[in-house]
Amino acid sequence: MEQATEAPLKKTPLNARHRASGAKMVPFGGWDMPVEYAGGLVQEHMAVRTRAGLFDVSHMGEIEIAGKDALAAVQRISSNDASKLQVGQAQYSGLLSPQGTFIDDLLVYRLAPAHFLLVVNAGNIAKDYAWIADAIKPVGDAVAVDASSRYALLAVQGPEAASVLQPLTGIELAGIKYYWFAHGEVANVRATVSRTGYTGEDGFEIFVPPQSADRVWQAILEAGRSADVVPCGLGARDTLRLEAAMRLHGNDIDETTTALEADLSWIVGWRKDDFIGAAPLREQKATGVRRKIAGFEMLDRGIARHGYDAYVGGEKAGVVTSGTQTPYLKKAIGMAYLPVERTAVGTEFDVDIRGRRTRARVVPMPFYKRQK
Amino acid sequence: MAYPAGLKYTKDHEWIELSGENGKVGITDYAQQQLGDVVYVELPEVGAKLKQGQSFGTIESVKAVSELYAPVTGEVVEVNGALKDKPEAVNADPHASWMIVVKLTNPGEAGALLDATQYQELVK
Repeated sequence: MEQATEAPLKKTPLNARHRASGAKMVPFGGWDMPVEYAGGLVQEHMAVRTRAGLFDVSHMGEIEIAGKDALAAVQRISSNDASKLQVGQAQYSGLLSPQGTFIDDLLVYRLAPAHFLLVVNAGNIAKDYAWIADAIKPVGDAVAVDASSRYALLAVQGPEAASVLQPLTGIELAGIKYYWFAHGEVANVRATVSRTGYTGEDGFEIFVPPQSADRVWQAILEAGRSADVVPCGLGARDTLRLEAAMRLHGNDIDETTTALEADLSWIVGWRKDDFIGAAPLREQKATGVRRKIAGFEMLDRGIARHGYDAYVGGEKAGVVTSGTQTPYLKKAIGMAYLPVERTAVGTEFDVDIRGRRTRARVVPMPFYKRQK
Repeated sequence: MAYPAGLKYTKDHEWIELSGENGKVGITDYAQQQLGDVVYVELPEVGAKLKQGQSFGTIESVKAVSELYAPVTGEVVEVNGALKDKPEAVNADPHASWMIVVKLTNPGEAGALLDATQYQELVK
């Protein structure tokens, strides 16, 4: 998944808080991160589905692009169409290679007409920044800055997220639509609050200065006490995002898979001018993909995990990219790349689970969709 | 959780409860804590021959899959089928949730296993 590095693990501003709270810590993307707290992954997952959970996602990277030609710069490196973004709005997108494959996936926030914030994956920050800085050089008046150390990022996710957070902020949360954001204060700390997340649940991501992260963290847990809001680790973050069929870079998408193969045509700005990776995607769109990602559930007992081979009629036909036993749906699900003619809902295939052929069936994604 | 004095332990975090020529085998509290929420336990058939230190099955949590290692050489004479439908029992009560009963080929092997005090020291 992530490259092992020899450098010491990086710590978020909440590292000491996690350790003091009894979190189990693991290395992730070069960071020392909580994988679960004392109550365990399943309990954390259920809290987010039924009440709310609080995540430290300060390991995520922030890259800012500003300058008169900032929009043109973003349009060049980001697959989605950033011209559709109003100030205060965000979109999911891909940072694509010239082959149309994923260097990373990211969220693009429009802070001002000519000022964008890109939120990228923790393990990819240095790679992404180097790529972006180089790729926007020809654009003109636009500069990229790795601003990751200026932000801590907290996520409050779950049906109670708004009601827990509202007493702590003057921002009218009901006025923030999905994938929009607002500036203000949270627990008397300057903050940007965005109605986004990686759980398939309603919720907010809150950008705060690192030195104030612990104060905001504690304030949210305090405000959430009556709603039984719990801190959640990367373990629950992974099972939640998988139920919601959100792709994980390094697992489901990487530099070998195109946006079309990943079934993410909706984050490709087909109508905009040229961007990096456009040509092979247009060609692939015209000729059709040969393989595509599909959601599946296990029919036989067993959990198909990342890297397990998929078989059709005894022949190796694809690979599982994510898989788990989901705490909320209580079944074994996953995503796999399969030959496109085998991706129709209801199609069955086998997964090699440690030498045992185990039956699976293609099902619609997302696996879980919240009631609005 | 305390480690029962009546059990013997391995460095791979299995326990064995010896009675006569048989031993009940499970995983320790430390092991279940490391695994997190257990969702599958895959066990051998009755009659399977085990070698000390070799894998006799797998245990899977939401997060990861781990091998189960035989604490002794012998033959599987009983399998706890109840764990198939209630794998979470391993989390709730690890030292009572036995997985297999092994008939020991070489009872001398058990003597070299850790006692509760030594195991406690190992996982401290």
